[in-house]
Amino acid sequence: MSAEAAVKIVTETPLEEIERVKDWINTEEYKEKNFAREALVVNPAHACQPLGAQMVATAFEGCLPFVHGSQGCASYFRSTFSRHFREPAAATCDAMTEDGAVFGGQNNLFEGLENAYALYKPKMLAIYTTCMPEVIGDDLTAFIKNARLKGHVPEDLPIPYANTPSFNGTHIHGYDAMLKSILETLTAGQKIDGKCTGKLNLIPGFDGNTANIREYKRILELFGIPHTVLADISDVFDSPCDGHYRLYPGGTKLEDAAESINGKVTLALQKYSTVNTMKWIEDEYSGEKVVMPMPFGIQKTDEFLMKLAELFGKPVPEELKAERGRAVDAMTDAHQYLHGKKFAVAGDPDYLLGIVSFLLEMGAIPYHVLCSRSTKKFEKEMKALLASSPFGATGKVYINKDLWHLRSLLMTDPVDGIIGDTHAKWAARDANIPLFRIGFPIIDRVNLHRSPVIGYQGAVNMLTMIANKFLDIKDETCENQWFEMMR
Amino acid sequence: MYQGDDRHERAPIPGITKERTEKLIAETLAEMPEKARNKRAPHLGANEPTATCCAVKSNRKVVPGVMSQRGCAYAGAKGVVWGPIRDMVHISHGPIGCGVYSWGTRRNLMQGIPGVTSFPMDFTSDFQEKDIVYGGDKKLEKLLNEANELFPLAKGFSVLSECPVGLIGDDINAVAKKMEEQLEKLVVPCNCEGFRGVSQSLGHHISNDSIRDHIIGKFEFPDPVGPYDVALIGDYNIGGDVWAAKPILEEIGLNVKSVWTGDGEVEKIGATHQVKLNLIHCYRSMNYMCKVMEEKWGIPWLEYNFFGPTKIAESLRAIAGRFDESIQEKAEAVIAKYQPMMQAVLDEYKPRLNGKTAMLFVGGLRPRHTIGAYEDLGIQITGAGYEFAHQDDYDRTSPEMANGTLIYDDVSEFELEKFVEELKPDLVGSGIKEKYVFQKAGIPFRQMHSWDYSGPYHGYEGFKIFARDIDMAINSPTWKLVKSPF
Repeated sequence: MSAEAAVKIVTETPLEEIERVKDWINTEEYKEKNFAREALVVNPAHACQPLGAQMVATAFEGCLPFVHGSQGCASYFRSTFSRHFREPAAATCDAMTEDGAVFGGQNNLFEGLENAYALYKPKMLAIYTTCMPEVIGDDLTAFIKNARLKGHVPEDLPIPYANTPSFNGTHIHGYDAMLKSILETLTAGQKIDGKCTGKLNLIPGFDGNTANIREYKRILELFGIPHTVLADISDVFDSPCDGHYRLYPGGTKLEDAAESINGKVTLALQKYSTVNTMKWIEDEYSGEKVVMPMPFGIQKTDEFLMKLAELFGKPVPEELKAERGRAVDAMTDAHQYLHGKKFAVAGDPDYLLGIVSFLLEMGAIPYHVLCSRSTKKFEKEMKALLASSPFGATGKVYINKDLWHLRSLLMTDPVDGIIGDTHAKWAARDANIPLFRIGFPIIDRVNLHRSPVIGYQGAVNMLTMIANKFLDIKDETCENQWFEMMR
Repeated sequence: MYQGDDRHERAPIPGITKERTEKLIAETLAEMPEKARNKRAPHLGANEPTATCCAVKSNRKVVPGVMSQRGCAYAGAKGVVWGPIRDMVHISHGPIGCGVYSWGTRRNLMQGIPGVTSFPMDFTSDFQEKDIVYGGDKKLEKLLNEANELFPLAKGFSVLSECPVGLIGDDINAVAKKMEEQLEKLVVPCNCEGFRGVSQSLGHHISNDSIRDHIIGKFEFPDPVGPYDVALIGDYNIGGDVWAAKPILEEIGLNVKSVWTGDGEVEKIGATHQVKLNLIHCYRSMNYMCKVMEEKWGIPWLEYNFFGPTKIAESLRAIAGRFDESIQEKAEAVIAKYQPMMQAVLDEYKPRLNGKTAMLFVGGLRPRHTIGAYEDLGIQITGAGYEFAHQDDYDRTSPEMANGTLIYDDVSEFELEKFVEELKPDLVGSGIKEKYVFQKAGIPFRQMHSWDYSGPYHGYEGFKIFARDIDMAINSPTWKLVKSPF
């Protein structure tokens, strides 16, 4: 339509045309066209780097997350966390605008640091970037050095920073970059040869479930293993309502993080969100370094506990043995409700590996496994996991495909349920199957982040949620003659 | 055209004086570094309802580091203006984040079949490093072809730039022009990069300009123009607001030809230059196009307010005043018809809410527009401010507030916390980022951008829900549990 084009009459799309397209988008033909997409992304299941960076920054005690770049980004990250956790999510920014784009963001950073320090009195300011300063090439190293020289912030205030361009990687990579920078900053000069704190450094990775972190800590306490969680969101994003708002409600203590370099063991429970951090730790930290999958389900929890036992020379506590037995009891009792059920699973790589592992244990079938941004390496690892069980034989892995691709898969090759974050609810509705909300973000249900999905307890929680939902559906949808007292 | 407020000045609120408010502002500012203090001071003030213009400054840059609640131009464009248009595919052009964060997070509900006739989804070009280096124009072209093939019933496409697009020198306008000819469908470029301007507000303005340049006047309604044809401007159908407001206008005999942009249809928006009167609810985000239509097509416009029975009645009379006696009679009949229903709402909730106070901090309209609804319930507003309002918004706010009440523009978390701590309102009405800060402190809160996952709040049906929600928030027994006995 050029400017000179004739005026058009407002039209209504004919009903038969709507019906045709409505049916067409569910077809194999549409699926092929959909999968042939090269440029357009529709309904992705991942976010951008600085979001992950903010999660880490929030998780250290007294640390104020600080966004270098556009103010809108900071508001989006804060809103996302507040919607998911239903908690405050403090973060400030230096609000770069057009002049920042022309002259660079140094002046914004100076003023922002000075004001943030004066108003919010942080023990640490963790800076991460949005697209804007990354595109114009701001030099954060120099800017921060200059800020100290000019007295905008005290000499001794720790200011870790990470470059987190949104046009590269996802939120899990921003998590990695920020965690590495914070640990580099806090541990500088802290390494003492021959010193061992005897502690375990546990790195949970990008996890929107505060109860998972509490569960890790509970398990370590049962073992009697002294530990530091790097980084601990549990008290930050699950803080009490007692009449006082706390800007800094908890998190990993800076001194604990500082001495983590002299720890006995550093254990990362997510591989893909900690690649660079663990690479750096491998070279710099004392003690053993271990990377394990998240302890989803029985076997991966077993491996986790046995590794702890081995590393610290302590037996698996009786309480955890009993807990295992109870979880297995729950799983054998309820196996019939999940056995053979087909699932689509979407999410971050480490979560996906855990969820698939749990499904395989239950005799359920992880059928469409989708990660909307990942690597061949992950694809290979997931395929190997599927190949490890007869229940994984029919499972297919889709990397760099989005939830609109998933919709096509669901319509042409149906499954019984989806496991993923809230964003998958549209696909679930179209396919008329339940969505089991495990992942991040969950912005349409309450309190799921307060219920662990890792460990033996997590296995029971997932099983309960999934089995009972299938039973609810049966009760709600069956005809009268099939409605019965027991299930 | 602004009608002004014909209500007499508010009675003073017990405990609220100009002196106390000014002292509170001074104490709060005292804790800031000098430069920030000087920048922030003009944005805070004690209200003088009779002053010719409101004392606070607005629409200035965020002070770096103070934890403003503001969003960006992209948020104003995608989230506010474009997102609600249901039959277009809205492309978040740039990296992945912006589209994800703004996907389904504004509650602009829409009819239609998702992915077929409506598109409440996230479409993005998901820029990678190579797109930054080599530019994204080719990708955009390809993407538009793909979108057109996969979503054939979309009536058009909006291309909403994210920060990098404007920085790397892409020309989305040229791509849009070319693709509009090729696809024979609207392709509307909107240069709403997040770094532009000082808040969401510029995004609204840029989007209005895009509508002016690319949509309005390109369509005509199939039926002949009638004397009662109006458009509903600046209602985004949050929680179903349009569906509660439009029937009232139809009931008084008006013919609502298009809605901007809640549950909106782009071709009808493009034919709006044919209506007789534009009725604008959110002045801040859509006054630009009302003025354009007034200048170019001579269409008058009228601000109205559908929050609470008092303002609804006032607005219906003002709207009907622009038409003949038949409309005026129907307006009176409608007001009379709903009066008992409204009285029943007041009878139920007002006894529990009368004498309570509230503080508001919302976008660019609601602080002033909802005051009447709170007052209908007996709640007085002790403080109000906007994220992204301009001078004309504050001028419209001053007369709605009692003398000495607190006015705050682009208030930071630090300031609002201090203000609430001192004024101890029974309710704070603001956004998701503020919500839990105050709830932790034991202060009842309602999200007033999203209606806190409830709504509608517009119209008579909306007021029933509003009253229930405000009562529920303030009188929930859960607040009594906050203080532990030990």
